Amino acid sequence: MSAHTHATPHAHHGGSYLESKGSFWTNVIDWATTVDHKKIGVMYLFAILFMFFLGGVAALAVRLELLDPVRAVTDGAGKVMITGQLFGAADANSIASGNDTYNVLFTLHGAIMVFMVIVPSVPGSLGNFVLPLMLGAKDVAFPRVNLLSWYIYVVGSIFAVTSIILGGVDTGWTFYTPYSTTTALGEPKVVLMVLGAFILGFASILTGLNFIVTVHKLRAPGMGWFDMPLFVWGIYSSAIIQVLATPVIGITLLLLAFERFTRIGIFDPALGGDPVLFQHFFWFYSHPVVYVMILPGMAIISELIGVHSHKKIFGYRAVAFASLGIAGVSFIVWGHHMFTSMSEVASTIFSGLTFLVAIPTAVKVFNWIGTLYKGSISLNTPMLYALIFLFTFSIGGLTGLPLGTLSTDLHLHDTYFVVAHFHYVMMGGTIMAMIGGIHHWWPKMFGKMYNERWGMIGAIVVFIGFNVTFFTQFFMGTRGMPRRYASYVQEFQIWHQVSTIGSLILLVGFLIHLFVLVQSLLAGRKAPKNPWGGLTLEWLADSPPEEHNFAHEPIVQCGPYDYDTHVPHHWDPKDYQIPEENLRTTAAH
Amino acid sequence: MSTIDAKQTSVPESRSRWQRYAHAHHWRSQAEEFDGCKLGFWLFLSTEVLLFGGIFCGYTLFRSMYPAAWAEGSSSLDWKIGAFNTAVLLISSYTMAVSIYCIQTGKQARARANLAVTFLLGASFVILKLALEYIPKWSGYFCVLDPALHHHASMIVEGKTAFFGLFQFVEGYGGKRPGMLFDYPFAVDPRMPVWWAIYYCGTAIHAAHVLIGMALIARVWWLAGKGTYGPTYYAGVEITGLYWHLVDLIWIFLFPLLYLIH
Repeated sequence: MSAHTHATPHAHHGGSYLESKGSFWTNVIDWATTVDHKKIGVMYLFAILFMFFLGGVAALAVRLELLDPVRAVTDGAGKVMITGQLFGAADANSIASGNDTYNVLFTLHGAIMVFMVIVPSVPGSLGNFVLPLMLGAKDVAFPRVNLLSWYIYVVGSIFAVTSIILGGVDTGWTFYTPYSTTTALGEPKVVLMVLGAFILGFASILTGLNFIVTVHKLRAPGMGWFDMPLFVWGIYSSAIIQVLATPVIGITLLLLAFERFTRIGIFDPALGGDPVLFQHFFWFYSHPVVYVMILPGMAIISELIGVHSHKKIFGYRAVAFASLGIAGVSFIVWGHHMFTSMSEVASTIFSGLTFLVAIPTAVKVFNWIGTLYKGSISLNTPMLYALIFLFTFSIGGLTGLPLGTLSTDLHLHDTYFVVAHFHYVMMGGTIMAMIGGIHHWWPKMFGKMYNERWGMIGAIVVFIGFNVTFFTQFFMGTRGMPRRYASYVQEFQIWHQVSTIGSLILLVGFLIHLFVLVQSLLAGRKAPKNPWGGLTLEWLADSPPEEHNFAHEPIVQCGPYDYDTHVPHHWDPKDYQIPEENLRTTAAH
Repeated sequence: MSTIDAKQTSVPESRSRWQRYAHAHHWRSQAEEFDGCKLGFWLFLSTEVLLFGGIFCGYTLFRSMYPAAWAEGSSSLDWKIGAFNTAVLLISSYTMAVSIYCIQTGKQARARANLAVTFLLGASFVILKLALEYIPKWSGYFCVLDPALHHHASMIVEGKTAFFGLFQFVEGYGGKRPGMLFDYPFAVDPRMPVWWAIYYCGTAIHAAHVLIGMALIARVWWLAGKGTYGPTYYAGVEITGLYWHLVDLIWIFLFPLLYLIH
């Protein structure tokens, strides 16, 4: 990209942002008090990966439990519940006690994965790191607020983890009333979890607010709205939702905590409250927020497909407006989570509105496929994840349609079909995109290349594990296996066993990625400035970028995907080829 | 090292801080920084509106579900206290606006005086709220300006007054404490506690905002004393003012909904 004016050679060339500042404690203090968006992005990344690990442990425990259909009739006949034994149920051999532990574990899995992993995942980590670089800015608009957001995230997570240590919460991640207002009264754990989610909301609001102002005010000279990379459009759209939806869950959870403390009715029908009001409030936030989860994922995919196809992205404006369209529609479809608690007319209206979501989403998918068509595709880990995303996310999106249709939802709701559907969009969408994005920007973040071959092997293992785990759940769901039960009838056992084996394959896939990335940090080849041949501004910065991002402010002279007219700057096509040593085993065969 | 150290232009030390302040390093100009701060703060204010939106939503729903409880509940509030507090907040909004005008026109001392008055008015709002509304409810007595005009006039507590006899106490709910954790088997309408829930949540969250606003005002008052703000740089005062006006605005909605409509 000839986006860089070299007229005035810069005398001072700052060190990398990762450069040591002195002794160990100096560095600790430097990171703890940093207002650099790159460091905050890296801190978010590691905090989120840690929470992902915790949520993953709970998920594996749930899957292990489901290997075997423990039923009440077998109580005392030698069968015990795995989760009860592993996680210290009061009476490890009792089914009732084991069931409680099971309820706690799936609640923790849901609450951690939603509030502490997927919602902040991409904006907090990659968004913080990449967005200002892509805009050619030195930082986000409010760097101190950015650091505050990270600390709020940590405090919120500590609340949640404390709740887990005190025994955990079994309300389901949705905290539905009256159960959440009456269970474990006099114990602090439910309130801690609820307040944890409340606090995490502020981290989300502050991040979103920061990004909106950054996009409006800190674009590099020459960068108009339609010169912004599509990643920025996606993050911007999700930031709008973060700012406008999160306060509603804030007041809802605050009222819920207040209700638990004082025992006056707001949501509890026994006290005169209205549980349906809670559902409306909760989903008025939590439906838009599923687009906070998926829009950044889509934002990453637009980059991965554009850059690794080395082709001008198909339908730039359509993809950009589709992001805003999804953000807009997200606010008027919450009722499809509550078909059973509304009038038929309202349900019908919400069902109809729900289908609107499919339009901008499909626009995006078709434009990505259009970009791939006749592109100069480099098949590497990020591209592989983009392709995985197209497959899994499309399945997730399409299986949403029967759930949005009233007649079929009657049969499918609260079954494993729903579980499979939202795992295909949340995990098959956001998490797949995020792993792809981590590999895509890894060289920029840490200045090291990862092992492409093992990265791709990891991606394939994750893909297989993911589909084995969750595709089976579609079958169970259509046959009537309800969600949130530790026991089930015998006919489902084979499906559950296949699903559990899939989750173990997934675990292996994630471990491969972990080793690949750790190996890259320890012994990776030094990354060039522009390993993939991207045209967006972050590839003009050093790898890793210097403290103030750019030696001098970049001036934009071409669009983010103008591969037809511009040659990427600092780009040696050899950089993105799989290095010789990684191909050795293939050559030997 | 911090990356947002303000750039200092090379004017002599003798000039005030606001004259020496340029902008944080990642902004291109002071004007853009100011615009960015204002945009960010308006976005934040929109989140506040949505936060209180939940309370107003709950108010509307429960009012339609339990009209009798709402009538009984709002009649137990004294509109005169509410009106007085509304006036206190409105005047404080005026003094806040005046202080911004004074900063913009270079009258630092007058700006600080107005900030101080705003702070004190905010403090009086909270004190009046506690002394005349919350505490009497927790103690089981209502505190009214003129018991003769109040329909609880028959239950005047002799010899118990507040504010030098200006206010008198009347017994509420047969001496029970309606505000105290809503131990309410005595309520005429079994749905009364829902009214109190909305009343306490709405006014307490609002009062918390008043306290935060007072802290912000104290901060800019202190910084203004060091010459931080002047005609070319007053973002902090302006933003504090925006916050304070929003707090005022929310009360302007709470007051008629809670005190005036029966």
